[in-house]
Amino acid sequence: MDVWVSIIISICAASTPLLLAATGELVVERSGVLNLGVEGMMVMGAVAGFSVAQLTGNPYLGALAAIVVGALFSLIFAFLTLTLVANQVASGLALTILGLGLSGMIGESFVGRPGIKMQPIDIPILSDLPVVGKLVFGQDLLFYSSIFIVVAVAYFLFKTRAGLMLRSVGDSHSSAHALGINVIKIRYLAVMFGGACAGLAGAHLSLVYVPQWVEGMTAGRGWIALALVVFASWRPWRLLIGAYLFGAVTIAQFHAQAIGVPIPAQFLTSLPYLATIVVLVLIARNRRLTMINTPAALGQPFVPDR
Amino acid sequence: MSIQKRTKPVFPLLETRGITKIYGELRANDSVDFSILKGEIHALLGENGAGKSTLVKILFGSLQANEGTVLWDGVPVHVKSPSEARALGIGMVFQHFSLFEALTVAENIALSFEADVKLEDVSTKASKLSEQYGLPLDPSALVGDLSVGQRQRIEIIRCLMQDPSLIILDEPTSVLTPQEADILFETLFRLRDEGRSILYISHRLEEVQRICSAATIMRHGKIVDSCDPREETAGSLASKMVGSEIGNVVRQVGAVDGEIILQLNNLSMPATHPFAVSLKDINLTARAGEIVGIAGIAGNGQGELFGAISGEDKQDDSASVVILGHEAGFLNISERRCLGAAFVPEERLGHGAVPEMVLTDNMLLARHASDDTTFKKMGSLNVIARAAITNATKRVSDIMDVRKSAENPPAGALSGGNLQKFIVGRELDRNPQLLIVNQPTWGVDAGAAAHIRQSLIDLAAEGSAIIMVSQDLDEIFEVANTIAVMADGYLTKPVAASSMTREQIGLLMAGGPKASGGVAA
Amino acid sequence: MRIELQKRQAASGVFSYLSPFLALALTLIAGAIMFSLLGKNPATALYTYFIEPLTDPWSRDQIIVKATPLALIAIGLAVCFRSGNWNIGAEGQYLIGGMIGATLPVLFHEWQSPLLLPLMMAMGMAGGALYAFIPAILKSRFGTNEILTSLMLVYIAQQIVDWVVRGPWRDPKGMGFPGTKSFNSSGILPDLFKHSDAHYGAVFAILTAVIIWFMLSKTLKGFEISVLGQSPRAGRFAGFSAKQMTVFAFLTSGALAGLAGIAEVSGSVEKLDDKLSLGYGFTAIIVAFLGRLNPLGILAAAFILALSYIGGEAAQISMGISDRATRVFQGLLLFFVLACDTLIHYRIRITSSLKGKT
Repeated sequence: MDVWVSIIISICAASTPLLLAATGELVVERSGVLNLGVEGMMVMGAVAGFSVAQLTGNPYLGALAAIVVGALFSLIFAFLTLTLVANQVASGLALTILGLGLSGMIGESFVGRPGIKMQPIDIPILSDLPVVGKLVFGQDLLFYSSIFIVVAVAYFLFKTRAGLMLRSVGDSHSSAHALGINVIKIRYLAVMFGGACAGLAGAHLSLVYVPQWVEGMTAGRGWIALALVVFASWRPWRLLIGAYLFGAVTIAQFHAQAIGVPIPAQFLTSLPYLATIVVLVLIARNRRLTMINTPAALGQPFVPDR
Repeated sequence: MSIQKRTKPVFPLLETRGITKIYGELRANDSVDFSILKGEIHALLGENGAGKSTLVKILFGSLQANEGTVLWDGVPVHVKSPSEARALGIGMVFQHFSLFEALTVAENIALSFEADVKLEDVSTKASKLSEQYGLPLDPSALVGDLSVGQRQRIEIIRCLMQDPSLIILDEPTSVLTPQEADILFETLFRLRDEGRSILYISHRLEEVQRICSAATIMRHGKIVDSCDPREETAGSLASKMVGSEIGNVVRQVGAVDGEIILQLNNLSMPATHPFAVSLKDINLTARAGEIVGIAGIAGNGQGELFGAISGEDKQDDSASVVILGHEAGFLNISERRCLGAAFVPEERLGHGAVPEMVLTDNMLLARHASDDTTFKKMGSLNVIARAAITNATKRVSDIMDVRKSAENPPAGALSGGNLQKFIVGRELDRNPQLLIVNQPTWGVDAGAAAHIRQSLIDLAAEGSAIIMVSQDLDEIFEVANTIAVMADGYLTKPVAASSMTREQIGLLMAGGPKASGGVAA
Repeated sequence: MRIELQKRQAASGVFSYLSPFLALALTLIAGAIMFSLLGKNPATALYTYFIEPLTDPWSRDQIIVKATPLALIAIGLAVCFRSGNWNIGAEGQYLIGGMIGATLPVLFHEWQSPLLLPLMMAMGMAGGALYAFIPAILKSRFGTNEILTSLMLVYIAQQIVDWVVRGPWRDPKGMGFPGTKSFNSSGILPDLFKHSDAHYGAVFAILTAVIIWFMLSKTLKGFEISVLGQSPRAGRFAGFSAKQMTVFAFLTSGALAGLAGIAEVSGSVEKLDDKLSLGYGFTAIIVAFLGRLNPLGILAAAFILALSYIGGEAAQISMGISDRATRVFQGLLLFFVLACDTLIHYRIRITSSLKGKT
C-alpha cells in the first residue's frame, strides 16, 4: 500500500510542473498568442527559485521570485510580438534560447550545491490518516497551487466577464477592438500570467522535484506543456488529465529503469517525448474537435488602426 | 407629438464640425460638417473609399479624428472609445460583423456591456427585444453556426440592448434577401417612430429613397451635397455620388446557342470544415457566349462551388465537372487552366493575389502553368522569365487602366478597384474560353465596376462562357443572360434573365430546394 | 509614451538590408552593458569576443569549422521558414545524419575506398532527410503541429545516438569512453589547407548556398516556396500544394542538417561520440534569421555566430567570462533581429499618450 502511495505522490510531483506551465500557456493561447518560450521562462523560474532560496534560505521566497522572474521575462516576448508585431513563433524560440543561456550564466555558481527542498505541509492528525493523509493533506504547497490554478482558470475563463473578454480577443481581435476591448492590454496580461505560471513550474523543479540546480534542467518540459495545451484542446480540465498521464509515463519509465527492464535506458528516457508525438497525432486526427476549439486568432499579428 | 417639438428649438441630435482624419498623405475625412436630427432615418451616401466608414468610426470612437469637434445634443463631446459612444447613446451595426464565432449569441451580446452582467439576464432581455422588434434569435446558439442574416440580428439586438438614441447601420442589406430587407425596414421604422435616429450607410439608392428622409453625400473625404432623397431620382443621386455620369454597360442581347463550354453533372461535395456548406447535386450548363449569373446570399455555398469548379477542391467523380468536353473532376487547378478555364476568386488579397508580392509575381501566380513556355525558360529548371512577365503585367495594366503608385508595387498597395481590374485583366489577357468569377465588383468603386462588367460582356461576345457569382442583383440583371440561385448548397435551374424578377429570386434565395420546385418537401 | 506602428505601403528596401546590422549593433551595446555588470571592461571583452579571433590563424580555422555546420543547417531552415514550415528539430536531423553517415566506417572499419566518403555523405543526407520526414508526414497527413513533433524528435535523437555510442558501436579499446573507433583515413573528409582544421564541409556549405540561392530567387520552385509561406490560400489558387511543400522543405532541410552532421563527424571529430550535440541546430535558427533567410546572407551570419563561439572560448580563458555569455549573446541577437525586422514593414512612431486628444 505504502509503495502505491509513494508512487502516486511521485506522479504528482512529476505532473505538477507540467500542469502549472500548461495552464499558464493555455490562458496565453486563449488570448490568441502563441508563446513558444515556455521552456525558457520555466528554466528562468527554476534558476531564480533556486538562487533566491539559496540566498535567503527560504524556498517560499524562491517560489515567489520565480513567479516574478517568469512574468518579467515573458514581457520581453510580449513587447516583441505585441508592440513590435514580430513573428510569434520566432520570438518564442528566441525567448527559449535566451532563457537557457541566461539561466546557465546566473546558475553557474550554484551548480553542485545542495538544494533547499520545499517540505510537504504537515497538518497534524489529517496528514497521519492512512493513504489519504499523505496524498490529500501531506503534499507540498506547489502541488496544491497547481490544482487551485486549474480550477481558478476554468472559473475565470468561463464564468467571469474578464474571462469572456479574454476568449473574445483570442477568437477575433479585430471584432474585439471594434467593440472597444483593449486587445493589446489583455494580451500583455495573459502573456505575463503565462510567464508567472511557467516560472512557478520551474521553481517546482528546482525546489521540489530535483532540489538542485542543473543547467537546462527543464529538459523539454516546457515543450511538453505546449503539447499538453493542444492535447487538452484548450480546456483547463483536460489539462489535468493530460498532465497526470504524462507524469505517470515519466514515473513508469523511471521505475522500469530501476527494476532493470531489459530495454536500454535511453529508450525509456525517450518515452515521454515519444508519447508526446503520439498524443499530438491522435488529437490532430480529430479535425473537427481541434478546429472548433483552437482560438481562431492564435498566432495572428494584430495592429490596431488608429 | 408635434406640439412639444414646436415649443423647443430643434437641436440636431448629433453634429460634426470640421472633422478631419489624415492617413499619411490621404485625407480620409476633410473638414466634414454633418448633422442628424432626432427621429429621422438619415442616409450617408458615397462610393467605396469616399470616407463614410472613417467618419462613422470616428463617431463611434473606434478612430480618433485629427481635427474637428462632435456635438451631441448641442454639447461638444470627445468620444475616445466605442464604450464611451455607447454610454452616450450611440449604437452601431457593423458591415463586417464584429462577432465572435466561437462564442454564443448571449456571450456576444454580453461583451458589449461595460459592467459585469449575468448571462441569464442578457439572454432574457435579448429574447424580449427580439420578440418586440420581430427579430427571432436563440441566445444559446454558437455564432459560427448561424447564417449572415441571423448574425446581423445579433448585431442589431446587441445595439438595442443599450437603448441607443442613434443607431448607425453600415450597408445592412448587402447580406439580406429582398424579403429579409423588407423586414429590416419595418424594424427601422418602428425604431424611428420611437424617436430614435438612424444613420443609414448604403450605396443602394433605391432603398435609400424608400426609407430615408435626408441624405448626406460624400466624395473623396468631403461632404459634397445633402438632399431629401425622396425628391431625387436614382440617376441624380448616383451622379452626386460619383461626380460624373457613369457610362452604361453596353451589351447585345441575343439567343445563346453556342457549343457547351462547361457542364456540371450531379456535382456534390461534403463540407470541408465545420462552418462550411456542402454542395448538393448541382447541375449546370454554360455555352459559348453565355453569362450565367449565380445569385444568392453569402455563405450559401458560392465559395465552395468556386473551389469545386476551379479544381482547388477536386471531385470524386471525374465526370461531375466537364470543361470543353474533357472530364476534369480529377484535375487540379493548373490542369483545368490548361484546358482553357480561368478563375477570379472573391477574396482579392490572400486568395487571388499575395498582398506582399509585387504585381509581376502576382501575374506569375495564376499563369505559370497556362503560360508555361512564355513565363518560364531553361526547361525543367523552370527559371522564371522576368521580362515576359513584366511585359504581360504592363499590357494588362494598360488595357484595364490599373492605376498604381509605382511601376511594380505590391498588390496590397493598390486600391480595391485597381487590384480587381488587375486580377480580372490577368485572366482576360489569356483569352480564356471559360471564366469563373466570384463577386467581380465587391467593394469596387463605380468606375472600376463598370469597366470590369463591360470587359466580362466583351469576353462573352467573343464566344467564351462566363459563370458570374454575385450577391448584387443589380449587377446580375445588368450582365447575365441566364440566372440561377444558390441556397444552402443547392443550385436552381438557370432561367433566362428576361423572365426573372427580383421577387422570384428573393424567394429562391431564402427557400433552398423547396422553392426551386426540384425536391418535394 | 506609446509606440505606434504604421504599415508601410511596400516593404522598405533600405531596412531589409540595414536591419541585420542594426541588430548586431544593438547586440554589441547590450553585450557591453552585460559585461560591465559582470565587472569586466566592456571594450576589452568585446575585442576579445569579436576581433581577437580574427587575428589568429588557428582561431580563423576554428571559425570556419564552426561556421560550416551552422551555414548548412541554416540554409535548409531558410527553405523551411520561407515556406511556412517551422522545422525546429534540425539538431535531431543533424545527429541522425551524423550517425547514419557513420554506419559504413563503423561497421566496415577496414574498408578503404574512394567511394567511402561520397557514400558517407549521401547516407548522412538520407538519414537527416528521413528523420525530418517524420514531422513532415505527420503534418501533411494529420495536421500535427510540426514545431512540437520536430522538437520532441531532438530529444529522442540524442538518446538514440547516446545509446549507439555507449552500446553497440562503442570502441572496445576506448577505455570505457563513449564513442566509436576513429575512422580510417578514407573515411575522413580532407582538410581545406595543409595543417588546418577546416575541412571540405566548408566547400559544401558555399556550394549549397549558391544552389539554394539560385533556386529561391530564380526558379518557379523558389516562387512556390515564397507564395506558400506568405499566403497558403493564394498558393492553392496558384495550383501549389502546401502538403507537398511541407515534405519538400523538411526533406531539403533534413538532408542539409544531415550533411552538416556527417561532415562534422567525418571532417572534424573523425569518429562518432557523445559530444556531437552542441546545439548547432538551434543556433542555426538565429543564423537563418540574421541572414534574413537568404542563403548568401546566411553564409555571413554563420561566420558571425561562429566568431561568437570562438570569441567566447577566448574570453573565458583570458578574462574569466563564462562561456554561457555566448549563448546569452546569441539569444539577444535573435531578439534584436526580430525587433529590427519590424522596421522593414512598419514605420515606428513614439507618441506621448496625451496626443490625439484634440
